[in-house]
Amino acid sequence: MNLLYDDAEQALAESLKALLNDRCSWDKVLARTESEQTCDTDLWHSIAADLGLAGLLIPEYAGGAGASSREAATAAEALGAAVAPVPFLGSAVVATVCLLACRGPERAGDQEADHLLRRMAAGELTAALAVPFVTAPGGAFPVSIRVAGPQQGDQAAGWSRLRGTITGVADALAAQTLLVPADGVPPALYAVDMSTARVTRTPVTSLDMTRQLCDITLDDAPGVKVASGQEAARALTAALSAGAVILAAEQLGIAEHCLDLTVRYVKERHQFARPVGSFQAVKHRLADLWVEVAQARAASRYAADCLATDSPDAAVAVALAKACCSEVAVHAAQECVQLHGGIGFTWEHQAHLYLKRAKADSLGFGTADAHRAALAKLVNIPAP
Amino acid sequence: MLTEQELSDKVKALIDGHDLTRREEFLDARFDAGLAWVHFPEGLGGLGLPRTMQAIVEQALTAARAPDNKPDQLVIGLGMAAPTILGHGTEEQKQRWLRKLWTGREVWCQLFSEPGAGSDLAAIATRAVQDGDDWLVSGQKLWTSSAHHADWGLLLARTDPDVPKHAGLTYFAADMHAPGVEVRPLRQLTGEAEFNEEFLTQVRIPDAQRIGAVGAGWTVAMTTLMSERVSIGSSRAIPRDAGMIGPALRTWREKRELRTPGLHDKLLRLWADQEVARLAAERLRQQLAAGKPGPEGSAAKLVFARLNQDISGFEVELSGADGLRYDDWTMRRSEGANFFGRGPGFRYLRARGNSIEGGTSEVLRNIIAERVLGLPPEQRPDKDVPWKDVPR
Repeated sequence: MNLLYDDAEQALAESLKALLNDRCSWDKVLARTESEQTCDTDLWHSIAADLGLAGLLIPEYAGGAGASSREAATAAEALGAAVAPVPFLGSAVVATVCLLACRGPERAGDQEADHLLRRMAAGELTAALAVPFVTAPGGAFPVSIRVAGPQQGDQAAGWSRLRGTITGVADALAAQTLLVPADGVPPALYAVDMSTARVTRTPVTSLDMTRQLCDITLDDAPGVKVASGQEAARALTAALSAGAVILAAEQLGIAEHCLDLTVRYVKERHQFARPVGSFQAVKHRLADLWVEVAQARAASRYAADCLATDSPDAAVAVALAKACCSEVAVHAAQECVQLHGGIGFTWEHQAHLYLKRAKADSLGFGTADAHRAALAKLVNIPAP
Repeated sequence: MLTEQELSDKVKALIDGHDLTRREEFLDARFDAGLAWVHFPEGLGGLGLPRTMQAIVEQALTAARAPDNKPDQLVIGLGMAAPTILGHGTEEQKQRWLRKLWTGREVWCQLFSEPGAGSDLAAIATRAVQDGDDWLVSGQKLWTSSAHHADWGLLLARTDPDVPKHAGLTYFAADMHAPGVEVRPLRQLTGEAEFNEEFLTQVRIPDAQRIGAVGAGWTVAMTTLMSERVSIGSSRAIPRDAGMIGPALRTWREKRELRTPGLHDKLLRLWADQEVARLAAERLRQQLAAGKPGPEGSAAKLVFARLNQDISGFEVELSGADGLRYDDWTMRRSEGANFFGRGPGFRYLRARGNSIEGGTSEVLRNIIAERVLGLPPEQRPDKDVPWKDVPR
């Protein structure tokens, strides 16, 4: 197991940070949360296509970088530190891992999945998995969408008709293709082109407007089956597990940024004729936070490494990382608000962007509590 | 510098050329071969190799079932005295002490803390006054592990009360068998006496046993304390479910009737916290091995203390009516620290010391805040005042 960052990962983080420094300052992020288009599609195109992050997890023969969850986690740390309003998590991680698992090694060359992955790797297509953001890995197959009766010409087109509503989906507002798990015999995963009039997206006023959610209604929308039965269930679990791990890395990035920002501030801010950072009541809180961030980093790195190496301990690592990083990120953001005092409670300071992102992330892909409940089964600590 | 293969060959030659049943002879031969601690210089039990190559030696010797120097009983000697002597001792002192220290023929203890100087170590009051070629030392030390077995003590004493506190200290090796050294057991709230206190009355220490220059005691003491931190940080990996969580997990799995939803939630949190701490310790080891030591070492002890306390407290609660029992209050001498031994009551009480011994958690937070995060230092009104004029 390797819990450090290798040279390639560090180089990736550096180039991404440089881009974000230039294009994604917090005041721009704040302004965008009050605009029509809350996702920064220009920035996303630069990150996806120019830096190649959309294809990070996609194999080289499909036009991707053939990297692993280790690199994706490193990128997510930088994106979290900037609360970047881009669908990296939803498209380049969750939807990508879902499609990769759908095609499976034995089905390499599967037309629909490969076709989508190629376009995603090139940065031409953004996709999203149509599940509520709060969905934890390992649950039952979703039943909110079901397969409706066929229409004329569907068989020739290879379409199934999907009907139902999914609420609170992340990173779907900027997506062109939706991966939809639908109930049926057997349950299956479908790719749905969102440009059809039979798909309605309703933006949700979200706690975290830097990652705005939407509700999606499918009214007999045509979908192409990409996996079914056990294969679909496995693909869904793989996608949600990867989502949880990369989200944990994002949370680490948030926590680290909040710590750095607060340490900088308490050195400058004077009250009682001395820097507030010279008071032990403040110093000790920040020391404790620094310790927490160091712990979260170990948990996050371990999970990213376990997924990258297909470790038999991966399920434990996923749950551990999401449980740990969820609490650390929220604590860091709350401390950031508190230790900034009055200014930290205002709209015109960046702290609230991180607080909202951290709190929303702590629910994303399963709360800390849900992941600890998963651990109970995995490590034999049976419930009463 | 030796390659890994050459080092392996050297270990093999040592094993093949000696009778493994003759422990003392074997340990001497191992020291002479430079295989005691490979990162030490040649002639002092080492080969001047990177510290990480020691693993090659240990693996081969363990596989051959060679006798070891019982490192668990030599914690202070190996972890603190040796690096201090190596860093600040004269050639003569290194030759005199290191071999016997490593082979376990001589046991070391640490005479630092005093009743009036705990966290504020530089405020110690034990006086050393020069008398010809000797020093006469008087004062009181305490919280000393192994003092009743020890042959030598790492002693920090005040040689000049007229200068500020850090500047007036000198470092010695004290012969624990010398006249005027009285060791008494110090009984802890657990009922046992794991530590000692020492009363030093006009103890005569030859100047040849001074380590470092007169007045340089603080610098030398820092080497001792930093080594302690490194040895904590790079200690061996424990497996999952081991350490303090082990007995609590056994009770949970075996005694279904004790389980409640609230305790289940607590145990899951503690399990996850300990597992993350274990991964953080592993990450620290990987950083050290890669030659990139991070400041995370100072976090390890803070986390360790809190977890030991929380887990042992949980375990008493989980024990139900048995949690009200204690195994034995009889005053006894314990051999070294055993945080995880005896019953839940003992573990709970002993763990309270984890956030006090070896630097309180409050001092560690100051260190992290000031040295890692760069926050402004505490106000220290005694820093530039002659020690004798500091109000106390």
